[in-house]
Amino acid sequence: MVTSLRRVLVSDGTDCKAPNEDKKLYRMLRREITKASLAEDVELVHVQCLGLCEYEPVVVVYPEGTVYTHVQTADAHEIVENHLVQGNVVERLSNNAPDLNVRFLRRIEETPFLQGQTRIALRNCGIVDPEDIEDYIANDGYQALARALVSMTPADVIAEVKKSGLRGRGGAGFPTGLKWELAAKEPGPQKYIICNADEGDPGAFMDRSVLESDPHSVLEAMTIGGYAMGANQGYIYVRAEYPVAVQRLQHAIAQSREYGLLGDDIFGTGFHFDIDIRLGAGAFVCGEETALLNSIEGKRGTPRPKPPYPAVSGLWGKPTVINNVETYANIPAIMLRGADWFAQIGAEKAKGTKVFALTGRINNVGLVEVPIGTTLRKVIYDIGGGIPKGKKFKAVQTGGPSGGSIPAECLDSPIEYETLTALGSMMGSGGMIVMDETTCMVDVARFYLDFTKDESCGQCSPCRIGTVRILEILEKITTGNGTMEDLENLKYLGEQVKVASLCGLGQSAPNPVLSTMRYFWDEYVAHVVEKRCPSGVCKPLIHYTIDAEACTGCGLCARNCASNAISGELKQPHVIDDDICIRCGTCAEVCNYDAVACR
Amino acid sequence: MEDKVVQFNIDGQDVQVAAGTTVLEAARQIGVNIPTLCYLKDVNQPSGCRMCLVEVGGKLLASCSLEAQANMQVQTNSSKVRDARRAVIELLLSNHQEECNYCSRGGNCELQTLASNMHVRERRFGVERSRSVVDNESWSIVRDSAKCIQCGRCVSTCNDIQTVGAITMYNRGFETVVGPVYGRSLADSVCINCGQCVMACPVGALRERESIDEVWGAIADPTQVVVVQTAPAVRVALGEEFGLPIGTRVTGKMAAALRRLGFDKVFDTDFGADLTIMEEGTELLHRLQNGEHLPLMTSCCPGWVKFVEHNFPDKLDNLSTCKSPHEMEGALIKTYIAKKMDVDPSRITVVSVMPCVGKKFEQRRPELSYEELSDVDHVLTTRELARMIKEAGIDFVNLQDEPFDNPFGTSTGAGVIFGATGGVAEAALRTVFELVAGKELETIEYTSVRGTQGIKEAAVELPNGQVIRTAVVNGLGNARKVMQMMEKGERSYEFIEVMACPGGCVTGGGQPIIDARTRELIDVKALRAKAVYDEDRDLPVRKSHKNPDIQLLYKEFLGEPNSHLAHELLHTHYAARSLFK
Repeated sequence: MVTSLRRVLVSDGTDCKAPNEDKKLYRMLRREITKASLAEDVELVHVQCLGLCEYEPVVVVYPEGTVYTHVQTADAHEIVENHLVQGNVVERLSNNAPDLNVRFLRRIEETPFLQGQTRIALRNCGIVDPEDIEDYIANDGYQALARALVSMTPADVIAEVKKSGLRGRGGAGFPTGLKWELAAKEPGPQKYIICNADEGDPGAFMDRSVLESDPHSVLEAMTIGGYAMGANQGYIYVRAEYPVAVQRLQHAIAQSREYGLLGDDIFGTGFHFDIDIRLGAGAFVCGEETALLNSIEGKRGTPRPKPPYPAVSGLWGKPTVINNVETYANIPAIMLRGADWFAQIGAEKAKGTKVFALTGRINNVGLVEVPIGTTLRKVIYDIGGGIPKGKKFKAVQTGGPSGGSIPAECLDSPIEYETLTALGSMMGSGGMIVMDETTCMVDVARFYLDFTKDESCGQCSPCRIGTVRILEILEKITTGNGTMEDLENLKYLGEQVKVASLCGLGQSAPNPVLSTMRYFWDEYVAHVVEKRCPSGVCKPLIHYTIDAEACTGCGLCARNCASNAISGELKQPHVIDDDICIRCGTCAEVCNYDAVACR
Repeated sequence: MEDKVVQFNIDGQDVQVAAGTTVLEAARQIGVNIPTLCYLKDVNQPSGCRMCLVEVGGKLLASCSLEAQANMQVQTNSSKVRDARRAVIELLLSNHQEECNYCSRGGNCELQTLASNMHVRERRFGVERSRSVVDNESWSIVRDSAKCIQCGRCVSTCNDIQTVGAITMYNRGFETVVGPVYGRSLADSVCINCGQCVMACPVGALRERESIDEVWGAIADPTQVVVVQTAPAVRVALGEEFGLPIGTRVTGKMAAALRRLGFDKVFDTDFGADLTIMEEGTELLHRLQNGEHLPLMTSCCPGWVKFVEHNFPDKLDNLSTCKSPHEMEGALIKTYIAKKMDVDPSRITVVSVMPCVGKKFEQRRPELSYEELSDVDHVLTTRELARMIKEAGIDFVNLQDEPFDNPFGTSTGAGVIFGATGGVAEAALRTVFELVAGKELETIEYTSVRGTQGIKEAAVELPNGQVIRTAVVNGLGNARKVMQMMEKGERSYEFIEVMACPGGCVTGGGQPIIDARTRELIDVKALRAKAVYDEDRDLPVRKSHKNPDIQLLYKEFLGEPNSHLAHELLHTHYAARSLFK
């Protein structure tokens, strides 16, 4: 076991922001540390992702907890020389967060972004080296498994998880302890436990962070779950579009097996358990648990009607528990610190925290883990830092393509399963996309339907055909050909597809349309009746005009117009031909007299 | 398993059913036929069409897969249910090639019936359509994906029941297409042309390749002598196309109608069946004597033959070298009959009316010809014949019975039972027994090989003590099972009869199409098979070798079974095909 004077973490979001950088900063720091003969005294760790997307590359120096943001490769020398050798904090880099109110930013926990968070599922992300099992163990890893296997019965484990109030984090929110109990009751001997790592919502990366930064927590949790329900075989179904996650999991599984934490007779208790990986193949619908089962079985990834539920008849017809990555990430913490501790966090009907991927028109983009019941306002403004460029908040989309848009008047709503559903959205897996006044809500609905119709498996008629028909109507509307009858048909189709579809994909596909129609009806009417896009997004519905009074006739716009749509004499007011104009907006950009209006 | 009884409620009425019964099945008890589309009992149940939705606790669930639970409250006719079913039909119609007036299933289409029952009066949606693929390269089956409603009945039939695996669903969602992999044509796949997919299809997305125009052309051609022959299974089903009950025997009316259509000679394929028994019975005895190439596997089913060529090419020597009955008869028509009529064989057109679409492919095999002339020129399905009769305005149900023409109009009961599964085996036994015994036997019926179940086994002892272990199989999934049992050494046989279509030729791919609901309630194969055995019982001669015209044929022309001439005209060979195309 290596002890060191200092521990330096490098989080450069290699795979998000700089896929070709190949850990340049990390390697430069390593070189500098070696040059300064500090290799024995400084432990340099590449932790991949702290979830601080806006600040990265980030370097954190422990034990001080100093956090350096926006670190360039060239800064490596200064950090090593000043801080590690001489012990002086590099002010220039540690105060490097201009959008924040805090002047002296020293400790990572002091950032408003992290201060408002309660990181349980993400507890190890950015702290632990995901490729070193010993680092995980040093941070209380596998203690929970030891406790469960050695001093608890399967029934004890189930009771603890039930008491904690943990609900599935994949979107449905089914009580996890109850699911494990139902499966435990089913006769064996062959049962399965599966981790659904097919995170498919566009813009969601909660599960990806856990898989890449803390894979062992998932392995440990699955082993505990297998013990509780009576399964000896686990599968992690990962989407193939997460190659780093796959690699980290493979490495973690190999190390676990090597250390005897997977395989035969774990901890000498006689419990055998192993985990294998199964890859997805580019289908969002395989995130639906029964389609996932069919995929593992080698069939077309189409969902099965429920009942029967997987806990009774799942993989190969055997009792199967399927849980989401984030659900599993909570388990070791619950088992270690106790159900009572977990149950005091969160809301009455849903305990614990939820990880959200906060993205869109927001200052602090990144992963946010907060107690369930926290208000939308707190997440968006206190933690997220509000809307950039002084724009106004318009709506927040939760739950990805299965969810809905929530308007400003609901900002004080607590983020809870039932509350969000009542608002016409859903918790979903945790996507949270913030929109401002420059977002067209009709276009948002169109965007999501374009996604869902592509991802429909095609097995049931309402989803297979209904999503296409809904999209056709939305495209009609956003190209200026919509009618009021189209709006009636949208409502009708949306409602019918919702109730008649076979699986959650189809049942939730109309949510973006129905929720935007509910809260932003005026925008739909404007598109249809006035043929106008109030947010200026739907190109066929926006018109650029030149204010004759303000125009000086300088001709700059005409010279820059890519389609020669502007005509006019020198020093005379110019005119844009609406039929030729391609709505690129260049004229408005170059005009020095603010004479071009876009409506 | 316990014999539990579940009590629950449908539409306010109490219902009691055995545990495991679905709500769909239970509803029938109170006279409610919940509409279905993708559901095909014991074949296909993806719960995907969403027609069978019922309301339970405010949610809509598919009743075809919903097991009844105690005290469940089910509503089959709430406004929520009706609205959803209507929406489903509207959506299906929005993506369906609407050419009902031109479609071969117009008037017998399950989607059309549902749309009519739902009284949908307006098309509200639908700009884009799913990809249209029209595949008419196969000689037997035409695929039209623009009419496909993605029910999956054909795919399940081909993969699970027939275990042929020629078609699948490829792509995803709206882009899904049903067909062979890689977008290949059926002609370029392992399709064996049984046509069971056509029988499974609720709409006109799969249909037979029609030969009606060619046949009218031949009849109108003054230079051609057009000879028609009809298979045994046709005469017990043709009447259904004219509203007669399932399994009505219409042999005499059929012959009369054919004459009126303009065929010069109306022969009976049952004669060819008797001939097949002569040849194959002799072949069996030879093999039994030599102990070679056993078991002898029948070869009258073209689907089974192609299935062996693709999947069990090492067993090709086990197939009988006999051509199928109608091919044998065609070969003789163009030689024996041509001579008798003093007509040049090239001026004879042979048309076979079959319960089968596989015979359309079979007829085109180059080896099924003699001196460059194809033994059979055109094959019509039972359905096509019905269309021709209707086209000609013939009042079929009121026709007077007429007999077939001679000499190929005489047939025995053994010939007619070829239409039912077990019939070939029984016919063979009737002759083989007497050949071995050397004398007339009292037994006519060998009922151990009768019955519609998929695999029947019987060990029949010949008068000389030799035991013929017989397997009678219908449905290719069962045939594959039997082949695999043999390969593993679990079974041994001397004689195997295989009919590719489940139920045998009476429910072949060319027979009248019965909708899924009726098929659930009525045992079609049993009714038609019964009619076949009734025909057998009413015929004066019931053993192939006792057919006087058969005896005359050998005396005048062929010599004896398996003679050199018989081999040239009545026997064939096979070739291995790839496992994948």
